[in-house]
Amino acid sequence: MLRIRADLVDAMVKHARADHPDEACGVLAGPEGSDRAERHVAMINAERSPTFYRFDSGEQLRVWREMDDADEVPVVIYHSHTATEAYPSRTDINLAAEPDAHYVLVSTRDPEQHELRSYRIVDGVVTEEDIAIVEQY
Amino acid sequence: MSIQVSIPTILRVHTGGEKRVTATGSTLQAVIADLESNYSGISNRLVDDGKLHRFVNIYVNDEDVRFSGGLDTVIADGDSVTILPAVAGG
Repeated sequence: MLRIRADLVDAMVKHARADHPDEACGVLAGPEGSDRAERHVAMINAERSPTFYRFDSGEQLRVWREMDDADEVPVVIYHSHTATEAYPSRTDINLAAEPDAHYVLVSTRDPEQHELRSYRIVDGVVTEEDIAIVEQY
Repeated sequence: MSIQVSIPTILRVHTGGEKRVTATGSTLQAVIADLESNYSGISNRLVDDGKLHRFVNIYVNDEDVRFSGGLDTVIADGDSVTILPAVAGG
């Protein structure tokens, strides 16, 4: 189960809409061990592609160090699918390397209605989870 | 000669859960070989067919080694090495 603040959901959807038709990507950081996302960080998609994403390696180092210094971890890693459903692609599954993160997918294929779903991806196994959107934790 | 190496969550299975370890070596290749001698299995997660794995980022200090010589990147006493899995997909 991913319990998440509504303003963080809005921030991810807004980012996905802004970068459409390219894929958008980013993280929600939160205190280590809390499983509680607190802070939205929109990342550059170094691929600038409608079918692929990759965090810019320099920006990733900077953001990961900031999290480390603040005893934070990437609670959520998100990206958008701009022409397909919000389900992890084979590439998403093969490259998932944060076993403790919630992987959130936002689909922007419908211009009116986004789709947002959350998964755990561990050792190539995808498990979808419920999402509870709350105003405050 | 002591190099501090930062280990990502997914590779801590090789380091007994340690987030930071020390290693020695004057190139990245030598540092990885030294890591392998203490933390068996880690080299295969970083190097594939003699080349750095495409979806693992390794930094010496603040520099992504893809831009500074890859496995031949020179490392000096006091440098730090950071390993981060690339965040990527389709």
